[in-house]
Amino acid sequence: MTKRRNRSRILHSYLHDPPAMIGSMIILIYFLAAILAPWITPQNPYDLTTVSLDHFLKPPIWMEDGEAPFLLGTDDQGRGILSTIIYGCRTSLIVGFTVVLISSCLGIVLGLVSGYYGKWIDAATMRLADTVFSFSTTLLAILMLGVFKRSGVLTVIAAICVANWVRYARTMRGSVLEVKEEAYIMAAKATGAKDFRLLFRHLLPNAIPPILVVVAVDLAVVIMLEATLSFLGVGVPLTEPSLGMMIAIGKNYIYAGMWWMIVFPGAALIILVVGINLFADWLREELNPKIERNR
Amino acid sequence: MATYIARRLIQGVIVLLVVSLICFIIFRYMGDPVVTMAGKYATFDEIELVRKSLGLDKPMHVQYGRFIWNALHGNFGKSYVARVPALGLILERFPATFELATTAICLSFSLGLGLGVLVSLKPYAFHNRLIMAGSLGGISIPTFLIGILLIMVFSVYIGILPPFGRGDTVAIGPWRSGFLTLDGLKHLALPATTLALYQLAVTLRLTRAGMREVLAEEYIKTAWSKGLPPKKVIFKHALRNVMIPVVTMAGLQFGEVIAFSIVTETIFQWPGMGNLLLTSIYEGDQPVVVTYIVLAAVIIITINIVVDILYALLNPKIRYD
Repeated sequence: MTKRRNRSRILHSYLHDPPAMIGSMIILIYFLAAILAPWITPQNPYDLTTVSLDHFLKPPIWMEDGEAPFLLGTDDQGRGILSTIIYGCRTSLIVGFTVVLISSCLGIVLGLVSGYYGKWIDAATMRLADTVFSFSTTLLAILMLGVFKRSGVLTVIAAICVANWVRYARTMRGSVLEVKEEAYIMAAKATGAKDFRLLFRHLLPNAIPPILVVVAVDLAVVIMLEATLSFLGVGVPLTEPSLGMMIAIGKNYIYAGMWWMIVFPGAALIILVVGINLFADWLREELNPKIERNR
Repeated sequence: MATYIARRLIQGVIVLLVVSLICFIIFRYMGDPVVTMAGKYATFDEIELVRKSLGLDKPMHVQYGRFIWNALHGNFGKSYVARVPALGLILERFPATFELATTAICLSFSLGLGLGVLVSLKPYAFHNRLIMAGSLGGISIPTFLIGILLIMVFSVYIGILPPFGRGDTVAIGPWRSGFLTLDGLKHLALPATTLALYQLAVTLRLTRAGMREVLAEEYIKTAWSKGLPPKKVIFKHALRNVMIPVVTMAGLQFGEVIAFSIVTETIFQWPGMGNLLLTSIYEGDQPVVVTYIVLAAVIIITINIVVDILYALLNPKIRYD
């Protein structure tokens, strides 16, 4: 009963929070575009048979010299900006979601174990977490990718994951430490539940809500990180579409006044991240019991 | 307290040792230093000679010991590209990075804290919603894009600020400073803003969130009902309690500042350490990369230890054992 009331309260607050709704709409649209990319793009920018140097450096279609079907112009290889953006967002979303999935699982398990068992396991995990955290995900990812030099989407995902589990582990551990003291955990223990059952059946579901906020914020952070790495030239290889790399290419033409090579991919990236952050903001306020909500 | 400090120091040394081990492995196994030093067309005898002179014929632990010993003496080998000691090459670039990072940190911290307090007082007022929307932009626009957009607006279209380089510098002993010339400050404006914006937005949001939680506490209500002046309630009772997490966060986020200084320096061709790092990565200049990693680790670990100790001193609730 309380659960249902709770659920309708959350739905109510969601429906009365325009930013949250706009945010989730944006995420949905990007998702659809990424899935439908081969059917909705005017051109496959990474299929060499459809790309021709004849169309290089064309401005958007509404400007003089603009050419169909390149709605937003082309880059220096003759790839349509709009098509490349859509394929680039696909890479962003794939990297974003995979990293969040893997690093959250890793972090959740580490956090559960170190929060529940405590003692030296806890000390070791948290010291490691402190160290990784202080070097920052961005710095670690740049250094790892720079040193190993084997670029590819999977390498990028792996490098970010290695550096990114910390926030999940810390949040989970904190949450477990609170839940651990609850009476129902004691009760479960008293009935002779095994550690595994206690951890995954009783502790995990009750300790997970704070993780949801981290997931939402982290998705935005990871997407920006992937773009940054690709911009620096240590991220996805030249043969893969990426918003960061598009902007890096556009930077070479910044003085030639070819703004469309930077502004459109940049806007695509910002809108996606803003969308995720709007949703995350709502989620954070919704799940934080400490904030007074009466306006 | 003394034990606490000693323990933190020992932990710091352990982390540094691990970092140095990783660096040693990178140095030894990523690319062959012998071929790089002797050249592609060296004869077998020449290669053996170089191998001996580098000590690569010795067992692994002896080599690692030598690596540490040399590192402690500031000797990280010579850059493959510039053929001068790697440490010197990097330290030469230090002032540029330091001035950029300090300006950005000061900017983001003072503005972030100030605006954060302002917004928390009337969270639903129109201008404060505007500030929050701006801060959402600050955390939603990646640093590299901010830099490029600033160049586009202020250098290409308006043309009032220079897009790259450090401008005129004044030498004060070994330190070359850009703070003292107008040209230097002009060159500093865009990169410093770029580097500051993200941290500013984070500090602002952290301060606001902290203030909103604290302002709802009983002791703040008590302070109001006692009839204390607003200034006292806000700064002395509320902000003080918010400061601890904000300051800790700022200290712990220092690695992030170093990371984003790499990005910023690359965009603005700022002649700092980060710019050098990326060039060295492209050129496969292992000694410089390794030196950079060790230096960054030393700086980050030192700052962390200082922050931890300050935290322990500031917050009487922390237990030292």
